[in-house]
Amino acid sequence: MQITVTVNGAPTTRDVEPRLLLTHFLRDELRLTGTHWGCDTTNCGACVVRLDGVPVKSCTVLAVMADGAAVDTVEGLAHGAELDPVQEGFVTCHGLQCGFCTPGMLMTTRALLDREPDPSPATIREAISGQICRCTGYENIVRSVRWAAEKQHTAEVAP
Amino acid sequence: MQVPAQFAYEKAATVDEALALLARHGPESLVIAGGHSLLPMMKLRLAEPSTLVDINGLAELAHIRVAGDEVRFGALVRHAALLASPVAREHFPILTDAERVIADPIVRNRGTVGGSLCQADPSEDLSAAFSALRASVVIRSAGGERVVPVREFHRGPYETAVEHGELLVEVRVPIRPGIGSAYLKVERRAGDWAVASAGAVISLEGDTVRDVGIGLSAVGAPHFVAPEAEDALRGGPATDEAFAAAGRVAAEHCSPSADQRGPVDYKRHLVSELVTRTLRQATARARGED
Repeated sequence: MQITVTVNGAPTTRDVEPRLLLTHFLRDELRLTGTHWGCDTTNCGACVVRLDGVPVKSCTVLAVMADGAAVDTVEGLAHGAELDPVQEGFVTCHGLQCGFCTPGMLMTTRALLDREPDPSPATIREAISGQICRCTGYENIVRSVRWAAEKQHTAEVAP
Repeated sequence: MQVPAQFAYEKAATVDEALALLARHGPESLVIAGGHSLLPMMKLRLAEPSTLVDINGLAELAHIRVAGDEVRFGALVRHAALLASPVAREHFPILTDAERVIADPIVRNRGTVGGSLCQADPSEDLSAAFSALRASVVIRSAGGERVVPVREFHRGPYETAVEHGELLVEVRVPIRPGIGSAYLKVERRAGDWAVASAGAVISLEGDTVRDVGIGLSAVGAPHFVAPEAEDALRGGPATDEAFAAAGRVAAEHCSPSADQRGPVDYKRHLVSELVTRTLRQATARARGED
C-alpha cells in the first residue's frame, strides 16, 4: 500500500508491504542507515526514532502505522554542518565507544531535553533505561547529556 | 531477521469503523494498538492475523476523566500518559506505582492500557492493579456495549471476555474516599517482566480494615487476585501482624511456576513479602502518612 511519511521534514511517498517494519522502511527503502537495527525484540533501543515527536522503537512499529505522521531520525539532528548539542555532547564527553547504540541514545536524549531542559543524572538514567549500551559506557552518556543541557542553557541566556 | 507473515492492513478512525472492519474481515482479523505485544508475536509467527485493524487513530479512546464517582480510562491511553496522569496519582497511586515499573520509557510511549489488559499475559502488571481496584471494563460491539468486572475479564493466560468483533473501549475505576493503594514488583533487571508483583487497595474505618483488594501478577493467581487473603483481612485490625498473615495466606493460595526467573518457593516468599509491604504502604497512604 502507498504511504506518505514526513521523514526529517521531507514528505516521502513509497509503496510498501503492510508487514514492513519502520526500521527497515528507513534503512532499506530510504537508505537512512543511521537508525540501527539491533535486537529486533524491542529491548535494545538502537532503532529509536521519533514518531510525531515521541521516541519509539522502530523495530516494533509498522511502516504503514507511520502513514501521515512525521518521523525524525538521527540524520535530521544536525543543522547543516552544525551539530545538535546532544551530538556535540557525545563527541566532547566520549558518549560513545563502538557507536552502535548512539543513534537511539541521541534521539531519546534529544526528546528528553525538549521536554525537560535541565534533567538530573537520575532522570537521564531513567530516560535511557530502555536502551542498551553494550560497551557499558553509561557514565559518559549521562555526562554527555548533562553537557548538552548546560550548553543549551548557556546558549539561551547568552545575549 | 524476524518478518511477520503477510496480512492486510486497515486503519480505523472511529470505534464504529473499527467494529465494522473486524466484522467484514472475519475471525482471523485482529486489532492492533501499540503493537508491542502483538508485533513481537507476529514476528515469531505465534500470531498470523489475516488483517490488522489499526485503532491508533481512535482519539475518542485516549481519555482519562472523572465521571461522577468513577475515573474512566480510555483503552488507548498510553502507559506514559497513565504514568504522568495527576488524576491517577491522586485517586489510585497503585496505577502510578505499577506504570513506573512496566517495561521501559520508550515502550511506555507506545503500549496502551487496553492492549495490556487484552493481551492478558499472566505476568502483566495492570491486570493485577485494576483487579485490586475492582475496576470494570467496557466492551463494545455492533450490538451495543457491556460492562464486565475486571475480575471476570480474564479467562486464562492470553484469554479474555472480549469476543471477536468486540473492542475493549474503557476501564472504569470507582472512586472511594479514604482508600490507599500501592504496587510493588520484583524484577531481575530494569524493565523486565515480574518475578512476582503485588498490589493492595485498602479502606479503613478507624483501625479496622473496612475493605481490601489484593492483586497478584506472575504467580498463577486466578484473575490476578488473592481472595483468601482479602477475606482474612476484611473486618479485622489494620496491623503489621495482620498484613504479614495476609501475605502468608496469599503465598499459600497462589500457584507460581518454576522458570528462569526463579523457583516456586522463592516466588511464594516474594508474594508473602510484597503483599505485606503493599498493604503497609497502602495503609500509610490511606492515613495520609505517605
